[in-house]
Amino acid sequence: MEDLIRRYGTGLTAVFCLLVAFWILVLVILPNFAMFEQSFRPYLPVVEIGGPKDVYGFANYGKIFANPVETTWFGIPVTIPIHINTFLLTVFYSALVTLMTLIFAYPLAYFLAKIASPRSIPTLLLLLFIPMWVSEALRAFAWYIILTFNGPLNALLKALGVIDQGIRWQNGVFTSYDAIVIVLTYCYVLFMLFPIYTAITSLDTNQIEAAEDLGSPWWRTHWRVVIPHAKPGIASGCVMVFMLSAGSLLVPTVVGSTKANWFPQTIYTWFNDALDWNTGAAYSMIFLLVCIFFVILTMRLFKVKLSDIAK
Amino acid sequence: MSAGIDLENVCCDFGTFRAVDNANVSIKPGEFFSFLGPSGCGKTTILRMVSGFIEPTAGAIKIGGKDVKGTRPNQRPTALIFQNLALFPLMPIWENISFGLEVRGVDKATRRKKAEDLLKLVDLPGAADKMVSQLSGGQKQRVAIARALAVEPSVMLLDEPLSALDLKLRQHMRAELRAIQKRTGVTFIYITHDQGEALAMSDRVGVMSQGRIQQIAAPRDIYDNPVNGFVASFVGENNIFEGDVGPVADGMASLTGPHGAFRARITPEAQGKALKLYVRPEHTRLSKTAAPENSVEMEVTEVAFEGAFISVHGLAAGGKRLQAEVKNDGVTQAPGVGEKVFATFDAARALLLPDANVRG
Ligand SMILES: Nc1ncnc2c1ncn2[C@@H]1O[C@H](COP(=O)(O)OP(=O)(O)OP(=O)(O)O)[C@@H](O)[C@H]1O
Ligand SMILES: [Mg+2]
Repeated sequence: MEDLIRRYGTGLTAVFCLLVAFWILVLVILPNFAMFEQSFRPYLPVVEIGGPKDVYGFANYGKIFANPVETTWFGIPVTIPIHINTFLLTVFYSALVTLMTLIFAYPLAYFLAKIASPRSIPTLLLLLFIPMWVSEALRAFAWYIILTFNGPLNALLKALGVIDQGIRWQNGVFTSYDAIVIVLTYCYVLFMLFPIYTAITSLDTNQIEAAEDLGSPWWRTHWRVVIPHAKPGIASGCVMVFMLSAGSLLVPTVVGSTKANWFPQTIYTWFNDALDWNTGAAYSMIFLLVCIFFVILTMRLFKVKLSDIAK
Repeated sequence: MSAGIDLENVCCDFGTFRAVDNANVSIKPGEFFSFLGPSGCGKTTILRMVSGFIEPTAGAIKIGGKDVKGTRPNQRPTALIFQNLALFPLMPIWENISFGLEVRGVDKATRRKKAEDLLKLVDLPGAADKMVSQLSGGQKQRVAIARALAVEPSVMLLDEPLSALDLKLRQHMRAELRAIQKRTGVTFIYITHDQGEALAMSDRVGVMSQGRIQQIAAPRDIYDNPVNGFVASFVGENNIFEGDVGPVADGMASLTGPHGAFRARITPEAQGKALKLYVRPEHTRLSKTAAPENSVEMEVTEVAFEGAFISVHGLAAGGKRLQAEVKNDGVTQAPGVGEKVFATFDAARALLLPDANVRG
């Protein structure tokens, strides 16, 4: 603080501090707090707001336990409240998307950081970035077209003789979430790539060579030297991709099959169709808290500290 | 256990640039061999070819008599100690040391035991559970040596391992390295650009310049009988005289130039080339009167006290710089600045040498 004042003077320092305070208070804390407060109040006609029925309670949160349905998880029949089912599937498939992006991004990041010749790096990074310049909505629609029954993917596979009947990708081959997982993986793979790339770039190449010189096969070098070093990057990539995927509304809406519900869609329905903002807020709170809890749990499991991710 | 290394006509090109040019050397099992040369002369490149990170463009490398062409670094019986050590900062010391054993599927208890034994060998007991960042430079050095020794290599390759240490520690580690080499009997190939280090530690030294090995010999020979001007200058100071070489008789020849006529030794290999006369400052005596042979008058410009000796710099006719060393034995008097003295040397101590052996 004193350092700031010495460097920029009292006036400018005050401006800095006010801007930061504004950002945190007005743009972050206030809306979230408003939602938090709303979530405990019942959904009432306008005239009754502030009336005797407008009391705090957990009724909105309770709604997630309503409407049990019978469904199957990977062949096992279960009876579960419909929204909890959607919720768990969203978390599960978001974790799957995170895993898929990791599988694609790690080798690519390693290639970019340690194998590709330094002269070709700017070109390669540019090629990776260009798709990011197109809006997510357009990319989702592009995939919608690619995956349609008479779309280019089926045409290509047929032309190559891999399949003779078109595949209904949007309905899913393995599960009804296939299309969502594919498109989310595509959309967010770069959020995984860059933190890992940055982490691996900072690894001394001599350490990789030292491991090899000591007799280590390539997979052990990765397991013992490269991955431990890149762990903070992997962790921050995973947190980002997981949160972005779980929170995505657009991609599931555009490419999802009718059977594939994504939890943000459920929240959206409360806000937009039912116009019940209070329950929507309650669902958002549950979602936020459980996702944060899930992330912290996973970080504990892999022994990553929060400060590592911030790096 | 230790193996010999043979480089046969080894070349290494990076694009059009030739980093190592036709290297031929035969290193004996158990030998302490040093490559000595200025920065960028190709020392690291040679080491990386032996350890397998670069394939030679031409020629063959044999380890223990077997051609290792195409063998990956993880299959070679060599252990490389990197210039920056490249210890694994996220593993405790004992895992660093036993990493090579982990790779070979040795169980944990045995690995731990071996790591502790090696830590004793490098005089660092009790450091097993520390992290790399908790060690000093010299201690890291020893861990790197222990890590390399753990895989029981036939050949240890060391790339300027002491360059990051301060003078005192460097001298201590020199002796330590030498002792470890004697104790284990492993072939050491040691790289340095510090001539004192190479001369003090090695059984033999290979002096390199611009990708070429100039001379391979025992340290004493390198210093006393350099084959060319580059080697003579790289391993020590010289007074150098130019001139025309006269007829050779009994391994001696005369050189006549602007500073007079001198007599010096000449080797059969040097005959017929453009030669200069090289004589070391410690073989150059100073006197008030001219000697009958090999004597040049100079005016003293600087007298530097170096402790064990006094270094006297002077200018001869035509602005030629000369240097002599006067022993600080309490008897010999060093001349004062501005005095005119004669610099004299024995013909047997002076050499007629060609320039460096380079391409082109
Ligand atoms: N990968 C490479 N690509 C192109 N040129 C290289 C490469 N590696 C080394 N060189 C060149 O080869 C020459 C020899 O390099 P090398 O690393 O062997 O030198 P060195 O003798 O170890 O020097 P130093 O004492 O500075 O470590 C240098 O001129 C260097 O620029
Ligand atoms: Mg080098």
